[in-house]
Amino acid sequence: MHNPHPTSEAHAGGDWPSELYRILKAADVRQMSYVPDAGHSQLIRLFSADRDVTTNVLTTEEEGIAIAAGAWLGGQRSVLLMQSSGVGNCINMLSLSAIGRFPLLMLVTMRGEWAEFNPWQVPMSRATQPSLEAIGLKVMRAETPDDLVETVESAAALAYQSDQQVAVLIGQRLIGKKKW
Amino acid sequence: MPMQAQLDRRAAVAALLKNRKDTLVVSGLGSPTYDLHSVGDHNGNFYLWGAMGGAALIGLGLAQAQPEKRVLALTGDGEQLMGLGGLATIGVARPRNLDIAVIDNQHFGETGMQASHTGRGVDLTAIATACGFVATGTVRTLEEVERLTRQIAEPADGPRLFVIKVLAENPPRSLPSRDAVFIKNRFRAHLGFAAA
Repeated sequence: MHNPHPTSEAHAGGDWPSELYRILKAADVRQMSYVPDAGHSQLIRLFSADRDVTTNVLTTEEEGIAIAAGAWLGGQRSVLLMQSSGVGNCINMLSLSAIGRFPLLMLVTMRGEWAEFNPWQVPMSRATQPSLEAIGLKVMRAETPDDLVETVESAAALAYQSDQQVAVLIGQRLIGKKKW
Repeated sequence: MPMQAQLDRRAAVAALLKNRKDTLVVSGLGSPTYDLHSVGDHNGNFYLWGAMGGAALIGLGLAQAQPEKRVLALTGDGEQLMGLGGLATIGVARPRNLDIAVIDNQHFGETGMQASHTGRGVDLTAIATACGFVATGTVRTLEEVERLTRQIAEPADGPRLFVIKVLAENPPRSLPSRDAVFIKNRFRAHLGFAAA
């Protein structure tokens, strides 16, 4: 199922969401759950149009942690998409992934750290990485499209093949400014 | 209809799981986990000792991965109240093989029997109906539980939620393993998946 070609040669450029979709499909991801973020919108569209992947829209991000554990119990791989403010909603539910050593892959678009207009995004942005690490997750970060594609491919292998709980933080600089 | 519950929770759960066949069961933390274990340990059980609010949603992920199997989330009123938003998520997902049974003693039994919302007018079945569940109901007697057991053995077009009103009491604890990795791997092996 694994793509033998190193994705660093892919030059994801502006179409990194399509590259992430390709990598997650190659990793045999069969369930995707999300609370929307503008930065994830293209990936959400790609998965939602895919009949081989079950997609769940969530009311709060912690639901996706539980769904991912259930999917794994039933033999399927799941990925969870959210923005950094949603990480704060997940912390106690992450006990499940941590103590059960459930494979977990979260893709987190960062807010509140780069040319942010909304100050309310800043405190949780600051708390995102420390709180994830405090509950036991491995945190990886990407600041460029090519780096992101390679990081997600590596994170998917760590999660699904080595039973790790991994969050990939997607830098706000990479996503670009939100227009107000 | 008597409003004061008289039903013994262990008798209710035993009746609900009689002839469970290949039903997969996820139990919410606290008494539902003890209730499920008291009926008899089973490789198709996943017991929660934490992750409050997650039982029905673990059931959802499992039901989506195993569409040919029936999945039962067996939980309590406090646990399900913490996961109210999950009922909306499950209603939208519309799995045909997921049932939620709420063992409702109207109290937080594990922490000193403080009264919960369900004894103060909050109706989980009405919430589930509003979220698009295809069947809901409230039962209060063993005969009604036995009828419910036959009902959930029949196929459904979407998720169902049933509230089983029980006496607020803590029967002797029946403790399953607290090792989630062991329970996880045992559960997956039961479905034919190798450990990593």
